[in-house]
Amino acid sequence: MNYLAESLSRAFFLILQLDQELISIILLSLRVSGSALLISAAIGLPLAALMAFGRFPLRGVFVNLLNTFMGLPPVVVGLLVYLLLSRSGPFGFLALLYTPSAMIIAQIILALPIVASLSHSALVSVDPIIRQVSTTLGATPFQVSLTVIREARYGIMSGMMAAFGRVMAEVGAILIVGGNIAGYTRVMTTTIALETDKGNFELALALGIILLAISMAINTGLSIFRRKGMTEL
Amino acid sequence: MKLKLEISHIMRSPHGNLVLEDCSYSFDRGGAYLLMGPNGSGKSTLLRICALLEKQDRGEVTYYAGEQRLQHDISLKRRMTLVLPQVGIFNATVFDNVSYGLKIRGAGRQEIERKTLELLEFAGLAAKKNQRALSLSSGEKQRLGIARALVVAPEMLFLDEPTASIDEANTRLIEEMILGKKKSGMTMIITTHDRLQAERLADQMLLIRDKKLVEG
Repeated sequence: MNYLAESLSRAFFLILQLDQELISIILLSLRVSGSALLISAAIGLPLAALMAFGRFPLRGVFVNLLNTFMGLPPVVVGLLVYLLLSRSGPFGFLALLYTPSAMIIAQIILALPIVASLSHSALVSVDPIIRQVSTTLGATPFQVSLTVIREARYGIMSGMMAAFGRVMAEVGAILIVGGNIAGYTRVMTTTIALETDKGNFELALALGIILLAISMAINTGLSIFRRKGMTEL
Repeated sequence: MKLKLEISHIMRSPHGNLVLEDCSYSFDRGGAYLLMGPNGSGKSTLLRICALLEKQDRGEVTYYAGEQRLQHDISLKRRMTLVLPQVGIFNATVFDNVSYGLKIRGAGRQEIERKTLELLEFAGLAAKKNQRALSLSSGEKQRLGIARALVVAPEMLFLDEPTASIDEANTRLIEEMILGKKKSGMTMIITTHDRLQAERLADQMLLIRDKKLVEG
């Protein structure tokens, strides 16, 4: 009990001290997950719009597939990206394995289905009357689509935050493709796993507290967006 | 050139259920045309066909500017607006809702500000311009819908049951808005099942009887 209290107080001390190692690990985590989220949004939002507004064969199958991919196990994604990026793999020539780029790629695969699928749900749940009203007021089909996207903005933001929460807390995939190299690919979750193994709990706890704080901030943001979306619909 | 609408031999039969049969009419003067008929008689369907929101199964909807026949393209569609019975409020402020039509037409900031405020005054909503539009009462929402349709100064305005589900005070306000706009020479085609209202507003009464359009 004493040991836990001591570790916790040291952990808080590390946070308050703004320990350099701690800060660099947090910044790398945010950079990797933030980049993955931005790229996922850049691909996922047009994809969601295409599925919501487009009419093409096998659209339903495609939507189902995306929903299924939302639950992809991170270690499987890690393994797949590892095989693709390893020296003998098809993209081995890019020499990306054990780099932050490989970690971003793995996180994109995890975040993209969440962003696309939840954004698609948000878009199709916009009242169909909005499309008609927009048309009757003289909007072009493109402007109608933009209006629907605007109406779905809280749902889309919820999807983005859910995806960010998932990739920030993820450990399996980035451990496999990043290698947990100190000062290069070591992020919060992989550091916690490593330091716990070593019995060095103060850094692990400090990062755990910060991860929890980020997770709480994301959840608070999520509930604000959900509430806003619900009260204003 | 004044916009004129001519419909000829319109037939509409959604899912095999005949709603309109051989409806023809020429809306060639300004003012208010009141389209009457009981619920389910096809008034809204005819209105949506006239406003190019729905396609007829047979017949023709033709718009003219003078003698020139117009293409059913976006420039024609931007000369008319339709207010649906469920107004369809955007999740934004009252001001943003009313200014929507101007924004999508690429109007400048000052023009948007001036015209929107003018219409908000006209609709009695100026004091609520910064309020979330979804929090308005149903009568206010209906007035907002009409203001939003009028802000772009359409040459033809379609109103589908504009006072169907609102109180007497709001009905009176909306009727005043319609009467106010009639003076501008705008063509309005309005559906209602309220004969007294039709008599108060109409320059020309039309009836849908046995799926056909007749003068009332």
